[in-house]
Formats: sequence, structure tokens, C-alpha cells
Amino acid sequence: MEAGFLASLPAQELVFFINRGLLAGLIIGSVYALGAVGVTLIFGILRFAHFAHGDMMTIGAFVALVCVALFTGGESIAGLPAAFVLMPIAMAVTALAAIGIDRGFYAPLRRAKVRPVVIVMSSIGVMLMMQGLVRLFAGTGTWQLEAGGAKTIYRLPLLGRDVILTQPQALLIGFTALAAIALHFFLTRSRMGKAMRAVSDNPDLARVSGISIDSVVRATWAIAGALAAAAGTLLALDVTLKPDLAFNIILPIFAAAIVGGIGQPYGAMAGGMLVGFTETFAVFNWSVLLRPLQPWLPDFIDIPNRIAFVPTEYKIVVPFFILIAVLIWRPTGIFKGRVVK
Amino acid sequence: MSTLPRREIALFAGLAVLVALVFASMGAAYGTRMMVEASCYAIIGLGLTIQWGYAGLFNVGVMGFIALAAFVSLFVTYPVNGAFWDSDMPGQLGHALLAIAIGAAAVYAASQTHRLGLPKKWRTLLTLIVLAIAYLWAQSIFDPATAQVERGAGWVGGLGLPVWLGWVAGGAAAGALGWAMGRITLGLRADYMAIATLGISEIVKAFLKNADWLTRGTLTVSPIPWPVPTPQELGFVTSRAAYLSVTALLIVVIFVLLQRAWHSPWGRMMRAIRDNEVSAAAMGKDINRRRLEIFVLGNVLIGIGGAALVTFTSIFDPSAFVPLNHTFLIWVMVILGGAGNNLGTLFGVVLVYIIWTMSEPAALFLFGQIAQWGDALFDWKAPADFATRALQMRVFVIGLTITLVLRFAPNGLLPEKPVKYE
Amino acid sequence: MALLDMSDIHAGYGGANILNGVAIAIDAHEIGVIVGPNGAGKSTTLKALFGLLTVSQGTILLDGKDITNRAPEALVRDGLSFVPQEFNVFPTLSVEENLEMGAFIRRDDFRHLIDKVYGFFPPLKDKRRQAAGELSGGQRQMVAMGRALMTEPKLLLLDEPTAGLSPRYMGEIFERIIEINAAGVGILMVEQNARQALALAHRGFVLAGGRNRFTGTGAELLADPDVAKSFLGGGE
Repeated sequence: MEAGFLASLPAQELVFFINRGLLAGLIIGSVYALGAVGVTLIFGILRFAHFAHGDMMTIGAFVALVCVALFTGGESIAGLPAAFVLMPIAMAVTALAAIGIDRGFYAPLRRAKVRPVVIVMSSIGVMLMMQGLVRLFAGTGTWQLEAGGAKTIYRLPLLGRDVILTQPQALLIGFTALAAIALHFFLTRSRMGKAMRAVSDNPDLARVSGISIDSVVRATWAIAGALAAAAGTLLALDVTLKPDLAFNIILPIFAAAIVGGIGQPYGAMAGGMLVGFTETFAVFNWSVLLRPLQPWLPDFIDIPNRIAFVPTEYKIVVPFFILIAVLIWRPTGIFKGRVVK
Repeated sequence: MSTLPRREIALFAGLAVLVALVFASMGAAYGTRMMVEASCYAIIGLGLTIQWGYAGLFNVGVMGFIALAAFVSLFVTYPVNGAFWDSDMPGQLGHALLAIAIGAAAVYAASQTHRLGLPKKWRTLLTLIVLAIAYLWAQSIFDPATAQVERGAGWVGGLGLPVWLGWVAGGAAAGALGWAMGRITLGLRADYMAIATLGISEIVKAFLKNADWLTRGTLTVSPIPWPVPTPQELGFVTSRAAYLSVTALLIVVIFVLLQRAWHSPWGRMMRAIRDNEVSAAAMGKDINRRRLEIFVLGNVLIGIGGAALVTFTSIFDPSAFVPLNHTFLIWVMVILGGAGNNLGTLFGVVLVYIIWTMSEPAALFLFGQIAQWGDALFDWKAPADFATRALQMRVFVIGLTITLVLRFAPNGLLPEKPVKYE
Repeated sequence: MALLDMSDIHAGYGGANILNGVAIAIDAHEIGVIVGPNGAGKSTTLKALFGLLTVSQGTILLDGKDITNRAPEALVRDGLSFVPQEFNVFPTLSVEENLEMGAFIRRDDFRHLIDKVYGFFPPLKDKRRQAAGELSGGQRQMVAMGRALMTEPKLLLLDEPTAGLSPRYMGEIFERIIEINAAGVGILMVEQNARQALALAHRGFVLAGGRNRFTGTGAELLADPDVAKSFLGGGE
């Protein structure tokens, strides 16, 4: 009985769906989730939209690239990509850089009690500075983070076809899951994590209670910077390191943060997955799944070669559409964040 | 009689000297080109400054409004494409547009079913399903129609109407888009408008780049019709000077109208809203309506300036629209000059634009020298793409300027002067 | 020596002064109550004391130490604690997490303090894992006060602790305040419910127009016909 049932399942279509749909969505969703968590923490505690976040991801990836060049010259370490093993260094460097940038550019503006939107403007200035610097030193072309050649590919046989997952992709998904758990424990069990939630809730009361706002701000930048570096490095490992990785990713990340509710880290992760999956399934070629049905359909209905909601060139429309939809119907997001003016 | 505005005179005199230097060193043709482009940026800058200075709105999508207006202007003014209109393609395209309209109406109807008593959850589900079906159906009619246009006639061409009408239409289109964006994002945090406008500008650019049937996409369109005789007819300097007189006239008209509006009762109300929102709201002024008006007006100006700018370059290339040149550069101009101060904005535009244009040869020269010294002193070979990297220095400098000005001179070089009641 | 000695305080928000020479003094373990009409500067006095606005003239001494214009973070370490009138809890944090945040500056094991707070406010113990924002007004006020007690302050500042509460909760809060004071914490509170507040006050201060109008023990003020006529009105 079993063999007959399994044989009747459309194996090729199912595996295609898993590879190009579920896994692809999970992969890009993880990148968005890691970026969106940082953005939402900054939104919640520092109360501004950190436009330079995408470039922080690029810088993280770039530092990883430099580390790889310095330490191993591209070879893998213990069977893992060198960039991944050295990623903690990139995360630490980016965390420190984030704290330094805040101290140099944003803290003075906060002290001068400017309108929040002025800080956003300043972050755009910082974004441009980072962009210029990275391209100045790295050029405007693309770079390979794993110069050692082909990536390790895991194949899981399913119903006669292979579910394909590359090693960098597996590392990305694994890291994101770990980060989510670590973040949860940090926010709910540690003193600084609770203090961050407190400042996000009510910064005036936090001050009155004696909580050191400076420490909380530093911790926020450190976490946001570290996660951004990880997201950038892992994304660059999966595809290549392009200097404009940053600009294209700002919109999906912000959409994810807003969908999940400003200041809600769990919401940001959920939002990242939502944006990732929606984007993937919007450009997904559904005709591959529908083609097996062709024999059962009347002759005049011809399933075209490609049925997708959105052509691949217009992929960017998807996160934008999600953003606009949320702003129109539920600006506080799924998890009820803040819409403070 | 009040004292002479010494600061303004000094700064503008300095600016005039700078302009003269450019003319002297680079020649009249180069100089006039630079001034025309600066004048177009000035119109755009005025639009942006009233959005930021009068209403405190943060528009990060200027590039999109410029691109849209430039396209609409192109469509209105470019000569008619006989191959398109003589065939049955307009009819097909019309069918496709009708399909889209019907689909939109169906979605709207589905979204209103709650008035018939349908519970909210079902209404949302129904709307989404109708949206998906309408979308796929309209797409199935639209795609073949546009594909055929590309195959048969290349693209739809233009309407062959006068240039001034094109610019007006461009401004109107930008204003309409601004209305839509404003309606959605005004009343929420200022950052949301920033994100949304950034997003829409990328989408507009992506659309214009890929809709070959409408814009020829990366194949570009040229030459774009001019409001004055072209360089081919009159020579570079004369025709550009003529163009400059058109844009300069526009600036004067816009400037005078803005100054009068700012000093009128309407302007007083806008100032009241901006300076003390809480009291203004308590007095019953519909703040967001007013800000929407300013936002739309600002985008109309941005559109007109954008249309003028792209028309001047005489080529419509969607890939040439870059956020750096068409959004952030203008922000620097506005912040440096003094947001909300129209005169300050004009100053900022010209100053920054001169520095911007001169910075390209300067950066290349500087980096060329560095490469030479490096080779001579340290035996260091510059990478092959050193020249392109040199231009990235400009990106860094623009970013640095934004942060420095916000930090140390947040009101710009010519801050807005409080209106005195004599 | 007085626990708190505020003399000739002039303070305001930016331009004009709201306080024009206010003096407040209470001894250790006392309950001080500030009452007066709206706009008299009652809350402003507390905020000036806690460094939330600038004191342009005058001195504030806590146990003899000059704390004028010290930042709130520093005052918490000096032994002051402040409960604002509004937004005085962390709404998404649980009750117990709110208390933990109150103890942020402490580096020791403060478990016994949390139990002590539950001793003062038994209803909170059952709700200790519930988000503070979901509680009723009276329970939220308890959380707010509990949070402030976690630093074992010498002086607890309360800004209208019974504002917006039902009469039942109002009575409970006043009882707790007496309990807390009996346990050794000095209290300085601003109150609209002047009669009830003065009834438990060791020292009472009636402010009007940013100045002291009447000063005395709570009982004295309640008995004074001038005070009753001008400020205690017909009801509360």
C-alpha cells in the first residue's frame, strides 16, 4: 500500500515546491528576520528609523571578507566556510563600530533634543558615508566570500528527487534559529535584556528608576550591529557580496519590522519570515505545480509556461506592497507596536 | 528702512564669484549647461524645501517623483509613433486598461461588502481572493498586449503636444502620486513617510526601467523635445542660455508666489501648525489636510523641475535615475541652504551643484595623483577600477556633509528668518 | 537634622518660574503632604526635587547633603525614589519584572525585597507574572510604588498616588502608605484628595501660586478654618 501511495504523489512538483518555495522563503526570510530584529530594537529604544542598517550588514560582510583574506586566504576551516568561523570577529567589530557611530553622530543630536526625524536624516548621511567608504576600499564589483570553490551541498532524497540545501543556507537557517532562542533568553532572563524592554516601554520611567540609559543604548547597538553583521555575512556566503546589497534590503527589512510591530523583536522575526515567504511565493512559478493537472483540464484551457503573481524584475514591489498594506490597515503591526508620532 | 541683509549679500556675492570662476576656467558652454541644470535643481529644491520647512515632511523618494514627471512629460511631448496608432494595438491596450479598471472596481466592491453585513474576517478573505483573481486575469490580458506593442511598434511613443504642457502634466502626475503617498502616511510617524517614499521611488524606477512598451526601458528615448531651439540649431551657448531664461523665469514666478503665500493668512496658519502643532490642533485646524496640501504642492514643483531637468539632458534613461543624484544631493542642497527659506534654498542649490559638478574632475585628478605618488614612493599599483572608486569619494563627502550640517548648522547657512510684523 | 530641607526654591520649565520661593522640610520617618489648588506648583515641587527640571534659585538638602539639580539617576543612589502620576509602570513587563527594574542599581541579591513588597501589596503576589499594563488602576499604582521601594529609599516621593482611583482603592493605598512609612520610609506626597491625605500627614504644606500659604501638622491644617475655607472646599 505504501509504495503505491507514495508513487502517486507528484514527486517532482513537491520537491520543486520545497526547494524553490519553502526553503527559498525560509532562507531569505531568515536574512530579513536577523536584520529586522536590529531595526526594531533601534526603533523601540532609540526611536528612529535606522536607514544605515543595510550598510551595516555590508560592513559586517566586508569585515568577514577581510578576516578571511588575512587568516586563511579562502580555505575552509574544519569543513565550514572560513567566513562563518570568523563571523564572530565580524560581529564584534560591527558591534563596536555601531556603538562608535552612535556616540559620534546620533548621541550629540539626542543631547541637542532635535526632532526624531532629524536623526533619521543623519542616519541617511551615515548610510552614504558607509557606502562611499566600502566602495572606496572594496571597489564597486562583486566579491566572493568563499574563494575556495564550490560550496558543500546537502542532498536529502525525497520520493526519488533531491531536496537541495547548500551549506551556507543551512548555516543561515541554523544561526537564525539559535539567534531567536538566544534573544528570547536574553530579553526575558537577563538584567540588561529586561532593562532594554523597560526603556522601550517607558524611557522616562526607566531613567527615574535609575536604569542607565547609556548602557541600554550601547547594548542595543551592540546587538543590532552583531546581528546585522551576521545577516550580511551569511547572505554574502549564500550569494555573492555586492556593494548594493545594502540598499535593496532596507525596504524588506523595514517592512518586516513594521509588520511585526515597532519595538517587538519577536514580531520582527515573524515579520521577516512573512516578507520572505510572501516575496518568494509571489515570484514562484505556479505553473510547474499546475502542469500535472493539464490532462484533466478541457482542451481550451492551456496552462502557460510561467504563472507568477509578480515578474522577477518587480520583486521589490512585494515588500513595498506589504508595507503599504500594513500602514493602511494596521499601522501598529501584528504584535501591536508603537505608532507614536 | 531695515538694515541691509549683510549675510545674504555676502553669501550671494561669493556665489557669483564662484560662478564666474567656473565660466572662466571651463568655458561658456560648460558654464551655461551647469547653470541650467542648477536652475532645474532649484525648482526641485523649492518643492522639497516647502515640504520640509513648511510642513516638516521627510520625502526620501524625490527620485521617484522626478522620474515619474519626466516620463509623463516625455509621453506628452514626444512625437507620435505612427506605427503604434495605425495598428490595432491601441485598441488592445485599451482593452487591457479596461480590464485593469474592472479588476480594481471588483476589488473595491469586495472591500466594501461589510456594508452588506459581511463579517470583517470574511470580507478581508473575499477581498484578497478577488484581488488575486482580478490580478491574474488582468495580467493575462495586459501582458500579451504590451508584448505585442514591443514587437510591432517598439513602444507607444508620445502625444506630440507642446513642451510646456508636458511639464505641467509631469508636475500634475507627481502631485497625484504625492497625494496617494501622503494620504497613506501622513498622520503616522515621520519615519514611515520616509520609508514609504523611498520604496515608491524604487518601484517607479523599476517600472519605468522594465516597461519597454511604455518607455523603451534600457534602450532609452532621445532626443526629447525642447521648449527652445536646440543646440543643433543655435549652438550650445545660445540655446542653453535660452533654456536658462525659461527655467529662470519659472523660478522667479514660483519664488514670488511662494513668498506671497507664506506671508498670507494661509501662510500664517501653516506657520502656526508647524511651530505649535498642539495649539493649532486645538483651534480646530485640520493639520493633516494642510500638510497634505503642502506635500502635493511640493511634489508638483519637484515634478516640474524634474521634467525640465530630464528634458534638458535630452535623453530619457530610467537607469540614470539614482537616489544619490536625485534625492540625497537635493537634500544636502536644502539642508545646507536653509530649509524653509526659499532664498536660502536657491543659494544652497547653486553652491552645492557647483561643488558637485566640479568634484568629479577634482576627484579623478586627486586620485590620479595619489596613484602616481603611490607608485613612485611605495611601488604601489592602483587597482584597475580606481577611477570609479574615486567617484565614490563623492558619496562619502555628501554623507559627511549631511551629518555635519545637521550637527553644527541645523538651520543651514541662511536660516529662515522669523516673519516680522511691521 | 531634617531628612529633607528645601528652601526658597524657584523653578520652572524653561521661561517663566512656576515656583517662587517654596520651602518644604520633613524629618526622617515622617509623612509630608503637599496640597493646594490646581496650578499651585505641587507636582512641580516634586519634579524640582527629583532633578526633572532646573532649580534656578534655592537649595535642597537631603540628610544635610546638597542635592540641588542633581540628575535623577544620581538621586536614586542617594536614597530618593519617585513615583510619577502617569505612566508609572512598564506596561509590557510583568509585575515581578517591574520590581526587578526598580532594583536595577542594586548589585546584591534583592529577593527579600521583592517578598517585602509583596508583603505590603498582597494582591500583587498572585499577579506577579502578569503584564503590568493589564492590571486595574489601583493594582498598577501598587506596582508603581513597589518598584520605587526596591531601592530601599530614605524618602519616597509620590505624585498624586490616588489620582483616578475608586474610593475603595484610595483607602487601600493610603493604608499602605502608612504601613510603608511605619516600616521606616519617609514619604513626601502631592495629593488632590486633601482631606484624607492631611489626615495621615505629620507635616502638611498648602501651596498656592508657587508659594507656601499654610504650613503645619496635618491635624493643625485640617482644624484651621482659613485652610478649610480656601482650599479644602466642600467635598474631597
